[in-house]
Amino acid sequence: MKCCQCDKEATVHLTEIIEGQMKKIDLCEECAKEKGVTDPAGFGLADLLLGLGASQQIEDAAAGGQLSCGACGFTHTDFKKAGRLGCPDCYETFSEALEGMIKQMHKGTQHHGKVPRALRKAKDLSKQRTSLQERLTRAVGEENYELAAQLRDQIKGLDAHPTEEAAD
Amino acid sequence: MNLYDFLSTTQEMAENRGPHDHVVLSSRVRLARNLKGHPFPGRAKKSDRVEACELISAQVAGLASMRGGYVESMSSLQALDKQLLVERHYISREHAAKSAGSGLALSKDESVSIMINEEDHLRMQSILPGLQLKQVWQKIDRVDTNLEARLQFAFHDRLGYLTACPTNLGTGIRVSAMLHLPGLVLQEQINQIIQAVTKLGHAVRGLYGEGTEALGHIFQVSNQMTLGESETDIVERISKVLLQIIEHEENARQTLLKNKTTELHNYVGRAFGVLAHARIINSKETMNQISLMRMGTSMGMFPTLTLAALDELFLISQPAHLQHLLGAKHAGEERDVHRANLLRERLAGVKGLQLPK
Ligand SMILES: [Zn+2]
Ligand SMILES: [Zn+2]
Repeated sequence: MKCCQCDKEATVHLTEIIEGQMKKIDLCEECAKEKGVTDPAGFGLADLLLGLGASQQIEDAAAGGQLSCGACGFTHTDFKKAGRLGCPDCYETFSEALEGMIKQMHKGTQHHGKVPRALRKAKDLSKQRTSLQERLTRAVGEENYELAAQLRDQIKGLDAHPTEEAAD
Repeated sequence: MNLYDFLSTTQEMAENRGPHDHVVLSSRVRLARNLKGHPFPGRAKKSDRVEACELISAQVAGLASMRGGYVESMSSLQALDKQLLVERHYISREHAAKSAGSGLALSKDESVSIMINEEDHLRMQSILPGLQLKQVWQKIDRVDTNLEARLQFAFHDRLGYLTACPTNLGTGIRVSAMLHLPGLVLQEQINQIIQAVTKLGHAVRGLYGEGTEALGHIFQVSNQMTLGESETDIVERISKVLLQIIEHEENARQTLLKNKTTELHNYVGRAFGVLAHARIINSKETMNQISLMRMGTSMGMFPTLTLAALDELFLISQPAHLQHLLGAKHAGEERDVHRANLLRERLAGVKGLQLPK
């Protein structure tokens, strides 16, 4: 049996149940070591399988033209070798190829967890601004100029002291 | 700072207990984070890695939660030090192989450890004894929040935190617990449990050894998916699963006691016999026998022994801990003799099985 990473003779054979499905994988001594297979605590067969599947998808997506990341120069050949991406920007570069795999791998494709505070503030602020803008347009439409003036002041205040407004 | 001046002793470590620790050895939450605009460690040139490591180390060292902690480059640690840190579950085996350009930070009470430039720029974990998943999540959440005021993390509007491997994408969270499940193994129910838990989307693996032949009957349960669900949902879901596993393990132990009394006493009694009298013993057999004695102790069969004492024995019979204790490098066979000596010494005052009349 051949190693699924390179073409050497496989000596390490693994099985793991991932979401109820039995997955098998064969590796040579070197690749097993490189993937940390000797350490069952650190090793996720899912990671490895994912690496293999993804490199294929990236290869397919590239279809002749060599897709490479503008920020780090990463290519699908690199992915095949490492099973990891090169930099944060790679997620944009290879988004098409990664899409299907991420869907398979995770519960959803939309993050529902923690958001860094700085981004959360900026997001809240832009939401607040949009809502004020909408109310302003409505107030003007209804010829409620008193309210419109108030809303205009609030928007001005947001722009002038964005951090103050969003502080908690 | 000398690592061994900093680290708690194995006794202090073992005496730190937590809820449900007759089954749950420890609870852990790990977060993966990366710096915006920097290549991931696996891709970065050495100079980039060193630069990122210095930048991160400085910010980590400045955290209030790291006051009095230990922050070092991996290049200043010896192979034995690294191995010992692996045995305490503070760093991964992969990280132990790292050197210049990678770093380690430990909080004063050792409940928080941060690997710098492992697979991701930051792998921050909190670990506590027993079942304390909510507590470890809150602890590491706070560390992360304080760090993000000092470092800009790579974050995508839709995909969340960006990680070197897409399996960690989104929350970057890995919630896990180390479980001691001798009852389920002896009752041959462990495979059923593993299958049920994996069906729920969690991963179960033997912590030492391969496949179902888990050494010391120790298993690790962890979440598999990191994107599409909030951190608290993931923590809650896995906590529920763990409570069920604990119940199954307790039932298995009680069923053994009720229906296979002599067999159970035979297992535990033989384990004590081996550990208290062996002259040569390897770490694999030690783990398996301590495991059985640990179960017996939790069921009141050794009134003078505590789980803490056995957990300490488990830790000090691991290769790096043993070598550190002996103060010199010993070949495998010699080490097995020293291990046996140590076990006999520690168990000298213990009488055999104490059974109700
Ligand atoms: Zn190979
Ligand atoms: Zn890139």
